[in-house]
Amino acid sequence: MDFLLTREQEMVRTVMRKFAENEVKPIAAEIDESGRFPRETVKKMARYNMLGIPFPKEYGGAGGDDISYVIAVEEISKVCAATGVILSAHTSLASWPIYKYGTEEQKQKYLVPLAKGEKLGAFALTEPNAGTDAAAQQTTAVLKGDNYMLNGRKIFVTNGGQADIYIVFAMTDRSRKHKGISAFIVEKDFPGFSIGKIENKMGIRASATTELILEDCVVPRENILGKEGEGFKIAMASLDGGRIGIAAQALGIAEGAFEETVKYVKEREQFGKPLAKFQGLQWMIADMATDIEAAKLLVYKAAMHKQKGLSYTKEAAMAKLFAANTAMDVTTKCVQLHGGYGYIKDYPVERMMRDAKITEIYEGTSQVMQMVIAANILR
Amino acid sequence: MNIIVCIKQVPDTNEAKIDPVRGTLIREGLPSIINPDDRNALEEALRIKDEMEGVKVTAISMGPPQAEIALVEALAMGADEAILLTDRALAGSDTLATSTALSAVIRYIGDFDLIFCGRQAIDGETAHVGPQIAEHLNIPQITCVEELKIEGRRVIAKRALEDGYFIVEAEMPLLLTAAKELNQPRYPSIKGIFEGFKGDRIKIVSPNDVNCDVTTVGLEGSPTRVVETFPPPIKSRDLEMLEGSPAEQARQLLQRLREEKIV
Repeated sequence: MDFLLTREQEMVRTVMRKFAENEVKPIAAEIDESGRFPRETVKKMARYNMLGIPFPKEYGGAGGDDISYVIAVEEISKVCAATGVILSAHTSLASWPIYKYGTEEQKQKYLVPLAKGEKLGAFALTEPNAGTDAAAQQTTAVLKGDNYMLNGRKIFVTNGGQADIYIVFAMTDRSRKHKGISAFIVEKDFPGFSIGKIENKMGIRASATTELILEDCVVPRENILGKEGEGFKIAMASLDGGRIGIAAQALGIAEGAFEETVKYVKEREQFGKPLAKFQGLQWMIADMATDIEAAKLLVYKAAMHKQKGLSYTKEAAMAKLFAANTAMDVTTKCVQLHGGYGYIKDYPVERMMRDAKITEIYEGTSQVMQMVIAANILR
Repeated sequence: MNIIVCIKQVPDTNEAKIDPVRGTLIREGLPSIINPDDRNALEEALRIKDEMEGVKVTAISMGPPQAEIALVEALAMGADEAILLTDRALAGSDTLATSTALSAVIRYIGDFDLIFCGRQAIDGETAHVGPQIAEHLNIPQITCVEELKIEGRRVIAKRALEDGYFIVEAEMPLLLTAAKELNQPRYPSIKGIFEGFKGDRIKIVSPNDVNCDVTTVGLEGSPTRVVETFPPPIKSRDLEMLEGSPAEQARQLLQRLREEKIV
């Protein structure tokens, strides 16, 4: 048993922290306020192979590991959770399913540019009537000659409109219910593909979240990912990994808010002494630090399971459940410790508290995480 | 073109805390980093490599075995090769001994057109080693380089002075020391980190391997003796608060600056 990072992982952390501090933090408040997608940051991340960390070099990746990927999402999310989820959705939800289920041709054509960061990826599963009940897909795919014709509407697509390559789920055989769902690799320039409404969100405002409209969208037959009917399995497996990414994002948000707050309570004086000297507040600090450490261990353990090829469905669900709860709890307390200033946009904890909420919702709500954990224990 | 970049691993003094009783640097637990100016030196070499065909960049360092990490980082930034000179006999080297040892490594490499060093290191702050290497190798040197152009074998550099600059030209081979204004260093790439730590990317050599006489390095080869270290006395400065409305204060400030012939 070893709780220490490898030398590679330590250096990844140092580099990611410096990158986050210098390149991401300075624009975090601005892109939150304006809701602007940070295209320039994506380009910078691509230059340093940050968009393909866990994939082998022969597929354009950095040849790194899952822990390093988690560290990258965590460090970025400490200063900007919106940028964190751009990285997480691209890596875990778009690139990974192609790496895991794609044919060699699909990997060469799609994974290589995704892992190199030349192209950005997205994942389109959720529909207006298929949220937590993801199997209730209404989007259809019908094979006509050499092409599938996709029709339907996807919502809440992270990186929507900014991504070049989308993993899209659709019903190929409604009679087989969730076993009739298939996954497709869809390029943004395919005929019949368009972006609909751009959502105006509470938090992670610089991350693009859009509707996706498929009207007789022509997808070449060879772009089916896996076999017909394997879509639901692919979606669930991708989300298992995605949850580790979101757990890392939540962990980063909590750590970022906590670091800001530790600095603040040492500086801010009331009744003639720094807030840090008040024992009641020290207890809050101690509890937050302990929760963050526990979240970190769960997140890294889930990533370690994935890295070692062990099953990680339950571990990922526990990590996300706990880390998301920690992010919400810690950021709320951090705003509280900032008092009135915490409610003002001049201090980053205001943004961090808004950003934290989504980690309890997307890629499976906390209640779904509890369902997954219980199902794994009680089966 | 062959470029050699000299790198020093230093404690990150930005993270340093001062012992409140003794007034000295607490070195324990300080992270080790590539000396900031050396990072600019490496960046310039890599920039030349990006812009020209057939450029090979070799990073070299002298230090304890753990200085290998600094060279891994150099490889991850894009250096082609890395050599670490390490041996107990090198411990306690002053700047003369260090430049002697690094010159031996450079002679051992043999072919070079440019040598880059950082202007100075944040731990010793001497700015000796670069110029001394140039003297050992009997090649020209341009220090404190803020801008650099290469035209064939000719190098045109903007060399910083305290209150101005020189434009200096020289022929290769030569040594340059980089000021932080020279460029904005890139980050190590994630792929480079994983490649850098693999197997034998870094060549480890001893003074013996590079024909360096051990009596000229380490404590024995170091004529410098540190007699005392102390924090510089703090000069008392006159502080004057201006009063009145912002416009009045601005007027007074401008008048004072004129009186002092600052503007």
